[in-house]
Formats: sequence, C-alpha cells, structure tokens
Amino acid sequence: MTKEETKQAVLDIIADVAPDEDITDVKPDVRLRDQLELDSMDFLDIVMELRKRHNIEVPEAEYPELASLDSCAEYLTPKFEALGK
Amino acid sequence: MNTNSHYDVVIIGAGMSGLAAGIRLAHFGKKVCIFERHNAAGGLNSFYSQQGRKFDVGLHALTNFVRPGVKGTPLTKLLRQLRISRDEFQLCEQKRSRVCFGPTGDVSLGFTNDFEVFESEVASAFPAQIDGFRRLVAKVREYDDVSLDAKPVSAREVVREFISDALLEDMIFCPVMYYGSAREQDMEFGQFVIMFKALFLEGFARPFDGVRVILRVLTAKYRAAGGERRMKCGVRKIISHGDRATAVELDDGQTITADHVLSSIGGPETERLMGEIPEMPKSPVGKLSFVETITILNRQPAALGWGDDTIVFFNDSERFNYAAAADQVDPRSGVICFPNNFAYEDGRTLAEGVFRCTCLANYAAWKGLPESDYLAAKAQWFSEIQTSARRFLPAVESAELAGATLATDMFTPRTVEKFTGHLGGAIYGSPLKHRQGRTTLPNVYLCGTDQGFLGIIGAMLSGISMANYHILRGS
Repeated sequence: MTKEETKQAVLDIIADVAPDEDITDVKPDVRLRDQLELDSMDFLDIVMELRKRHNIEVPEAEYPELASLDSCAEYLTPKFEALGK
Repeated sequence: MNTNSHYDVVIIGAGMSGLAAGIRLAHFGKKVCIFERHNAAGGLNSFYSQQGRKFDVGLHALTNFVRPGVKGTPLTKLLRQLRISRDEFQLCEQKRSRVCFGPTGDVSLGFTNDFEVFESEVASAFPAQIDGFRRLVAKVREYDDVSLDAKPVSAREVVREFISDALLEDMIFCPVMYYGSAREQDMEFGQFVIMFKALFLEGFARPFDGVRVILRVLTAKYRAAGGERRMKCGVRKIISHGDRATAVELDDGQTITADHVLSSIGGPETERLMGEIPEMPKSPVGKLSFVETITILNRQPAALGWGDDTIVFFNDSERFNYAAAADQVDPRSGVICFPNNFAYEDGRTLAEGVFRCTCLANYAAWKGLPESDYLAAKAQWFSEIQTSARRFLPAVESAELAGATLATDMFTPRTVEKFTGHLGGAIYGSPLKHRQGRTTLPNVYLCGTDQGFLGIIGAMLSGISMANYHILRGS
C-alpha cells in the first residue's frame, strides 16, 4: 500500500463517519480537526473503522498520530504493509 | 428465532438508548442481543393502537432539533455515530410554543426554533432581567454538559446568580423540568444545561407519523448491523459470580451468558436484578410521575379555535411547584401538546386533531386503587385536567369541544409502571444519575434515563456513549 492509498483509505472512512463533511479538498499537512468538524467521538470511530475494515489496531496513546492525513500515512502505511497489504 | 445462549453483550430494554447502543455494538462486530419484556420497542417513547388509531406515548416533540448544516450538537453527533442520514427521521419543525403563567395565563413567553424569539420575549416581558438572562445563556452555551465526570451543583442556585425575578426563574424551569427532571423542585446544573439547550437553543420537531418513524429507523439499522432482539422476553435476574456478572436469567427461566450487560431499565431497577450484593449502595426510586390525557378531535385544533401553538407549558400558581402531587394529580401546572401543530412538509395535516395534556401525579395515590375506583379517578381527573389546561388556550365552548371529541384516553403512573417497568411510574427515573454508567459490578453498565442524558436524543446518545466508553473503546 502506498502512502497515497493509505490517505484514501482514511478519507473513505471519514466519508462514512462524517458524511456531512466536505472532504473533497482536505489538505494533507493540516490537522484534520482544523479543517473538518471532527470531535473525539468521531476520532474513536475512525480508529474503530480501521480495526473493522483493515484489522489495524491503534492504541489510545497513539491517537495523536492520526492528526493529519500526512501523519496518518506515515503511521498507518507500515501497519498496512505488515499485514501484507 | 434467536436461540443463542451466549452473547458478547446483553442489552436489557429495547428503548431508544438500548437500540442505539445495540447499533454501535453490532456495527463493530459484537455479538449482541436486546431483551425486551414488552411486545413493542420504544420503552418510554413508544406507541400503541386502540380502535384502529395509533397513539404516541412519551414523545410530545423530539427536542434537540437543529437544521441541516449545524454541527457539533447532540442530534448531529448521534446521526454520525449511528450512520443515519437525517432525512430518515423525517423531522418537521414546531410552529411555536409558549410558557404561560398566572391564574389566567397573563404572562407568556413564546419561543420557536429560532432562539432570538425567546430572547426578545424575555426582553419585552422582563426588561430588567435581560442582561442577566443573556449572561446565563452564555454560561449555558459554554458549559460542557456531556462531561462524564462533572461535579453536581444546584441549577436553581446557579440560575439565581443571573436571574433575580422568581417568576422568570420559574418560567425557565417549568419546561426544562417537565421535559426531563427526575428531581423535585431543583435539578443538577448539568441536567439543566442539557435541557435548556435541547428546548430553547436547539428546538422541537416531530416526524409526521410520530415516534414510530424513529423506532423503525433504529430497529432496521440494528437488524442490518447484525444485532438480535428478543421481544416479550424480559430479564428477571443478573447472575454474578465473584465480583462479575456472568449471565442473565430470562422471565422464562432460560439462562443467557454474557461478557457485558448494558441495562437501560434504570438504576434501582437494575440493582433489583442484581439481587443482594454486600455493600451495594441503593439508588432511590424517583418520585415524579405523570398523568396524560389524550383527546382525539374530528378537526384540527386550529379549526376549533385553539390556534397553532405546538406546546404550551402552563402554571397558575405564584410559584411553580415541580413535585409529586399531594393529591392524585396536581392540575395547577402542566404541558399541552398539539401534535398537529408542526410544520409538516407540503402543508400535510394529521388526519385527526390531537390534544394532549400532561400533569404531575402521585404514584402512591394511584397504585393501590381498586379497579372501579381507579376508573372513576381517571374520569374525574380527565375532566379536571382538561378544564385546567383550557384556561391557557383561547376559549372554546365546552359543548363544542364535546361535539368535536371522537375518542379519549389517559395514562396514569400505573400505566407507566406497567409498560415501562420504571418503579414508582417515575418517567425520568431516579434522582440519582450515574454519569459514567457504572454499577457495583464492573461489567454491568447503565444507559438511558438513569445515566442522565435527557430527552430521546439524549437517550440515544447515552446508549452510544456507554457502548463506546465501556465496551468498544477498550476492546
């Protein structure tokens, strides 16, 4: 999985978790919270959808790694690769 | 037929909170089953049929309504969490509502889903109080009402720091208490904030077909997510070994094992199911119960001359007395609801007029009545409640009302207890809320009324929060 694919996987999840947000123009280097209305319940949802769809575990202490699309890509891509994706 | 004998999570009660929790848990792969003693879902907000008519119980209006695009409020949070599109609830907004006080309703504060209307009504009726009122509203807006570990403070005390006129104070508390307070005379400030936002800063709405639209959406979602449900199948005992719950025993004697038990039936009610556990603190049973009269009319209430108010909160006495009635009913204050008076799409109107009126009651005074006395008391109070409420509406001749009446029904604290299982007929449950949903057993949690988020949106959010907090987050 490339980093771009990882970002897309995260965006796909956000589209389902927060369908009332416009995600067509999300800037990868800006914190998701600063450009979308996502609260802690939504972030929990993103983490749980990662587990449900991709079998990826994100421990609570590492939630900050999901702050922006870029940081998601850095953090999650090796996890996808470890699962052979 | 669901015949499994083990679940990751057993949910007790198919009301709004149990269904919402179930949707979350099933969606994230938990094996979950909801056990409901009654034959219909909904709990406190259900419906029934009588002579071909469907009656809503509980729901006058769905509170917490916000228009599309408004984010970060309870309604939008729950739609996201349950993956429900807001169109599915088919919400139509109220027209206008009033708080009406004085022996003949001389002081009136109107409000709509636009908060400016309420603010300007307060400014014109209570010019000396408006600055304090605005500061109170600012405090309410910034208060973190969904915090699970806020310290309890008296709402009356906080409000009096901003409002010095007892009449205005009571007029603010009347709707807020009637729509959710489990405590007499006062409430916890966090609860006040939840209700103030739900009623005034957000607003009222209703689906054309009433509460069953919402229940249909929830049950369909739950089923689609893989959740199981057993109706007419109550839980009579929570079985524990050591310090953990291991199973539940059903009314028919069957035992179902579970890793977690999420109970929506109330604090004292859940403690009863857990049986004697040493050092278990006992939650008090709530004292507040209600009666409601329902009058079905052969025309719209407006056509009878009652105007198009959606909800009217009234009180005739010098102070608003939110407490268990001394007599069977306290008709001095109450809530009138006309479900006809929502702005339904394309100007649709309900087929019949509906006039509902809710007053405070006294559970003990109803509970022990022999059947014939019970029926007589219902008939007597029906008339007194209607007479009291009509003082706050434009005058309509009694003969005309009688001629327009097609059917009537009434529920009492006995009805509430029978169909909801709430001890004491206490619609809003115990005055002791458990914000974190914890009980004496570490894997038994509360959601719904006694967790303490109020209204039907609050109930759903409660189920969601408790499922997230106790079961999904850590797993």
